Amino acid sequence: MSGVETVSVRVRVNGEPREALVEPRTLLVEFLRENLNLTGTHIGCDTTYCGACTVLLNGRTVKSCTLFAPMADGGEITTVEGLSTNGALHPVQQAFAECHGLQCGFCTPGLLLSTLHLLNKNAKPTDKQIRKAIAGNTCRCTGYQNILKAIRMTADEMGKR
Amino acid sequence: MYAHPFSYHRAKSLAEASKLLQQLGDESRVLAGGQSLIPLMKMRLARPTALIDINFVPGLSGIQSHNGELRFGALARHTDVEMSEAVATIPILHDCAAGIADVQVRNQGTIGGSLAEADPSGDWGATLLTLETSLQCTGPQGERSIRLEDFIKDAYTTVLAHDELVRGITVKKPPRNSGGAYQAFKRSAPVYATASAAVQLTLEGKDICRDMRVVLGCVGLTAIRAKKAEDELRGKKIDGKTIQRAAEAAREAAEPYSDMRGSADYKRALVAALVKRALGIALRRARGERVEAGHEYVGR
Repeated sequence: MSGVETVSVRVRVNGEPREALVEPRTLLVEFLRENLNLTGTHIGCDTTYCGACTVLLNGRTVKSCTLFAPMADGGEITTVEGLSTNGALHPVQQAFAECHGLQCGFCTPGLLLSTLHLLNKNAKPTDKQIRKAIAGNTCRCTGYQNILKAIRMTADEMGKR
Repeated sequence: MYAHPFSYHRAKSLAEASKLLQQLGDESRVLAGGQSLIPLMKMRLARPTALIDINFVPGLSGIQSHNGELRFGALARHTDVEMSEAVATIPILHDCAAGIADVQVRNQGTIGGSLAEADPSGDWGATLLTLETSLQCTGPQGERSIRLEDFIKDAYTTVLAHDELVRGITVKKPPRNSGGAYQAFKRSAPVYATASAAVQLTLEGKDICRDMRVVLGCVGLTAIRAKKAEDELRGKKIDGKTIQRAAEAAREAAEPYSDMRGSADYKRALVAALVKRALGIALRRARGERVEAGHEYVGR
């Protein structure tokens, strides 16, 4: 590694402070998966299209394949690993399980975070608003009907709390 | 995918960023939201040797309404523009901001970055050319204001000097009896549009066009102002016939290339249809009607 420039990246991931020394060209998704061993965030297309790598950065969804890790320095990140508490599924995870909102499951981590981002801004979205909110998340199994059902159920369940 | 290696520099101010650009030379680039630059770097279509990250420069992401103008900080994210109440008073700006790529890209991409990148398929260039838009730029010679029509020179090329950066964007608010619309057609949300049309028209009475601008996107090396299409309507009654003539003139003004998004002929036909649609929406808005509009794609 001699001669290769590295920079320190410090973030809070799912509430925990984490830090690693990385090459500046390290993508945020690679930083999460390779440096922090958080492999729940997936790499799908690696071209800013599919949204499998979606995470929350400072409360907003981003495609973590399209940020260099140093850009997230000092930030708060939520990944799919941060959703459950003490082994109990988050309502969004429960709803995707109950509605069969996944087939192969590869796109699911991204869809869960896009769902939470939507519901944080809009607790009772219309179907049209849901479709627009997940337009950046591709399900290659095309199971969108059940994904929509799962998002509606999540909104209902979170509304009861 | 890994980009070519680069050194990373975090600027605390635009003055520092400008100094770094000077020191680090021609192969250094500014990094804002990164939603155009990072994909290009991953595909090795861009290989800067140094990046100057301006995301940590404070005070660059505000949106203010002041003296009949809207002022955007260069780092205002598309989502900030979409959610802004001040922007909601100019529907064409909301049309554009709310439909750029997808939520995730809008959360990260910036209006200043989009204009400075000057991608021929970018949405902001076509939209903002329908309004009086200027960019406030800063460099070692100080500040200067550049009109948008003078700012974009060619595909991916602006008049910015290497060590000059965009600080903000100022848009003059159109008059009350004016309405605009941005129509972009794309195959799916995350991709660039196949073609787009931006229209802003000001009425005299109920249906006479006092003034207007028609700008086409994605069908040339830069956004194209279709002046002949404007001439078909300016000073005339807006009806089916004049709208049809304007759409035909727009078709002639387009200079598309055939590519994976469609043939040149298809894009000409598409852009004519989009101009027609945008004119209809702009007219209704100029008359005070609320119309929801924006990017069109399958599944929307």
